[in-house]
Amino acid sequence: MDRLGVLTSAVWATLARIGYAALLLAAVALPSHGQEYPYFVTYSQEMEEPGNLDIEMFSVVGNPPSGNSFIGSDIEFEYGLKGWWTTEFYLDGQATQNESTIFTGFRWENRFRPLAREHWINPVLYTEFEDISADKTMREVVGHDGRYDFLAPNGLAHMDKQREIELKLILGSNFRGWNISENFIAEKNLAGDPWEFGYALGASRPLQLAASAHECAFCAEKFQSGVEMYGGLGDTDGFGLHLTSQYLGPTVNWSAPHGMTVAFSPQFGLNGYSIPVLYRFSVSYEFQQFFSHFHRSGQ
Amino acid sequence: MISRPALFFIAALLIVALSLAGFATSNGAWLTNVPQRERERVNPYRDQPDAVSAGRRIFLDHCAHCHGKDAEGTKKRPSLKSDRVRQEATDGDLHWLLVNGNRGQGMPSWVKLGDPQIWQVICYVKSLH
Repeated sequence: MDRLGVLTSAVWATLARIGYAALLLAAVALPSHGQEYPYFVTYSQEMEEPGNLDIEMFSVVGNPPSGNSFIGSDIEFEYGLKGWWTTEFYLDGQATQNESTIFTGFRWENRFRPLAREHWINPVLYTEFEDISADKTMREVVGHDGRYDFLAPNGLAHMDKQREIELKLILGSNFRGWNISENFIAEKNLAGDPWEFGYALGASRPLQLAASAHECAFCAEKFQSGVEMYGGLGDTDGFGLHLTSQYLGPTVNWSAPHGMTVAFSPQFGLNGYSIPVLYRFSVSYEFQQFFSHFHRSGQ
Repeated sequence: MISRPALFFIAALLIVALSLAGFATSNGAWLTNVPQRERERVNPYRDQPDAVSAGRRIFLDHCAHCHGKDAEGTKKRPSLKSDRVRQEATDGDLHWLLVNGNRGQGMPSWVKLGDPQIWQVICYVKSLH
């Protein structure tokens, strides 16, 4: 690996350690809350509350046949600018067994909710710019993404810079405690590749809807479980399921004391083009009214 | 054909207009938007002491940072001990507000809590003196 590669790997590893340490520290020291849906790929219609900052450490572990095991990770900063506007910034990295640990790039997304009130189906518009290479976080699957993409060595894959824009139509509904979310994805590599398409679906529900009268760490209301399915839909040269990867899996999260949320999901490839099993997990922490921590209280 | 700078200008104008539209909604104006059917909804947890305790826990988790631990309000967010909340607004009104939010005023939707927890919070807020 060249000197720049070693440097970015070291920076990425340090960032990851700092991120986890900061989340642990924050969970002990600051007031917060967590009430998230347990999705890893699917977006719901929920926006970040204005002024709140959510920090999430996310990882996915996979072992593609004929390839090396990998762990893809990102650090995610999600901020509620307005009730109808959420912005999010990601730093991505990955480590591949027998190869290297590398920083793979950044992504910046914005979500806009055009309708003020709740409806049966609530649309959210999503735009993202990403500048990545050799990414293995799989935060979305589009086009003909598949397990063969994970066979290229990091040194080679890292040279393939991908500057892409991504658009999503997010639809979400809440009914009797259930959340049902659907995403339709269109992604375009600015180097001139065709538009690629994908989808993600999720459904989840808390194990108990009403809150307990007394504080408890492991009561049913603290857990949300559900199912998530996502995959590619080809591109403008060939729309459909042919030569696409598809995943399905149960997912669960736990709202831990002090506002930390921990989520886990095993996800299973549904065809030979997919990685057989992915294990996703995340730890997130929400700072309520983040910038108010830096102001002297006038109350 | 509209030039690119003009398009950016129009987009910026739209964003500013949307932001200002939010501020144009005065405090309490949301009450006039509540449909009669919603206003008349009955809180299934009413008069349940456990619901007040549970509602207090939810309030401290989700609401206190903006409205204050004692619900007295903060510099930018209103008190929930006002006559409007305690007397003028029905349980149904508050349920409608918590489900829909008042995004222009910075009040998010809390529909993700689910109906039972929303009703429990309302029990707590209505119990405040």
